[in-house]
Amino acid sequence: MYAQMVKTDSTRLRSLDEMDPVERAFQERVDAGQKIEPKEWMPEGYRKTLVRQISQHAHSEIVGQLPEGNWITRAPTLERKAILLAKVQDEAGHGLYLYCAAETLGVSRDELYEQLHSGKAKYSSIFNYPTLTWADIGAIGWLVDGAAIMNQVPLQRCSYGPYSRAMIRICKEESFHQRQGYDILMKMVKGTPAQKAMVQDALNRWWWPSLMMFGPSDDASVHSAQSMAWKIKQNSNDELRQKFVDQTVPQAKYLGLTVPDPDLTWNEEKGGYDFGQPDWEEFFNVIAGNGPCNAERLEARRKAWNDGAWFRDGLTAHAEKMAERRAAAKIAAE
Amino acid sequence: MATATPEATVDKAALLEFLLRTGDNALVLGHRVSEWCGHSPVLEEDIALANTALDLIGQTQLWLGLAGEVGGRGRTADDLAYLRDGYEFRNLLLVERPNGDFGKTLMRQFLFDAWHYLLLKALKGSTDRRIAEIAEKAFKEVAYHLERSRDLIIRLGDGTAESHRRMQEALADLWPYTGEMFVGDASDAALAEAGVVPSPESLKAGWDEIVADALAEATLKRPADGYMHKGGRRGVHTEHLGYILSELQFLQRAYPGATW
Repeated sequence: MYAQMVKTDSTRLRSLDEMDPVERAFQERVDAGQKIEPKEWMPEGYRKTLVRQISQHAHSEIVGQLPEGNWITRAPTLERKAILLAKVQDEAGHGLYLYCAAETLGVSRDELYEQLHSGKAKYSSIFNYPTLTWADIGAIGWLVDGAAIMNQVPLQRCSYGPYSRAMIRICKEESFHQRQGYDILMKMVKGTPAQKAMVQDALNRWWWPSLMMFGPSDDASVHSAQSMAWKIKQNSNDELRQKFVDQTVPQAKYLGLTVPDPDLTWNEEKGGYDFGQPDWEEFFNVIAGNGPCNAERLEARRKAWNDGAWFRDGLTAHAEKMAERRAAAKIAAE
Repeated sequence: MATATPEATVDKAALLEFLLRTGDNALVLGHRVSEWCGHSPVLEEDIALANTALDLIGQTQLWLGLAGEVGGRGRTADDLAYLRDGYEFRNLLLVERPNGDFGKTLMRQFLFDAWHYLLLKALKGSTDRRIAEIAEKAFKEVAYHLERSRDLIIRLGDGTAESHRRMQEALADLWPYTGEMFVGDASDAALAEAGVVPSPESLKAGWDEIVADALAEATLKRPADGYMHKGGRRGVHTEHLGYILSELQFLQRAYPGATW
């Protein structure tokens, strides 16, 4: 998932006994693992939280096209170029499913774009980092998509039907993305010393931002507890981060790379790695708009939207003309 | 049909020339189209353009792959795409034109698609089985490219005053680059004679018809056939190609011999 720190509007978690009968019936259905569908009653906070989370996720897919798109014209072989094109196209497709899922909650894609362009809506912090070498494309597939999968697999069981179904499709494609990223790096570490150095440099830069993707520890967060009660979220940020580190460190070793964390050690007792904390000050800065690429990413999206206004208006005008002509032809025929 | 296989009889150099021209068109246009990735006016267009670019890169692999075989010097499609300099490229000048606004990109696509469609349709009947097979696959993709670009040209031409103006300007700007598609040389003539490819001139009437129909529906005015730029098919390009290649070939040039 590419959603971080989604607010719920809740100040504390309420028990079933405190809810009115309609809300209680809703919560009991969620507890029983049933799916909530668009036309059904839902608490306003549930709807709003889903809109925030799904739109943040959708925006991340759209903005996420930019760092990878940055290397399509420079991909080193025709096959790598084709694979990367297909991958970035998948990301756009994910954005499309997700905006559609958000639309079922009564908010249009145009409204959500407006929130993105005005800076009101967020997207994942990870896409505010630059792709500086070809190894970064591999690192994104391996680490960024790997972290996304870690988050998205449980979301396939999300209580909201359209989101859950979108996630099932997305997860299938993401695992292909992760493999292609790892494959890029495998080829490079078996290559020349310069290629191997490029891969290590990419890991050095992407490791910590990837760990930040899960968001800061949320064990004490009421928003997180509420999202879990609604089954919009299934695991805590720390649980997922731990899982990610445990899965990824052996893969780094297999590639012959050094994870840039001096505190990283295997903890036999817990059966997982102990590891250091990302620089959370940097994280909050990136969220606040001060990351290396925030300004460019947002500007690129705004420019695409503004420069394309005439195109969208042209298509709308044509559709209206056609409708008028059909109506006129119908009257003439009668 | 117990005739000699054209593979054995046609001039290798002419065949190689044709394959490079066809592969380079797909490569350079695919490159241009992929520059839009993430920057198009609407999400559906990002997806559609990536799809078009993907088809073109796939076709590049097939045409340049065959060019490598025919050339007989052990070069792969990647070698041909990444290790030739501009004067060795054989694409039409039209496909290296900068993207401009989205209207210009679509107009370039339409003018090329209409020609590409007719070329591939004819190539499906090539006496060279390898060419016919590639054409068979590419034709299906390009028939869809044409359907899409034609539809968008019409909708934007007959949309708002502004979209009409932009499409008319795009047409005027690109028109002088269309003539090159229909001018053959000795190598085209040799291959056409052997039934391997259609002569470039033979595609003109069909192209005129497709274009005239679409422009009429789009309420756009066909520019007069004035001076036509030429050169790409014999390796004399515009300044734009050098920049395309310096991007496209960066890694292969910076790390000679590395595998990716």
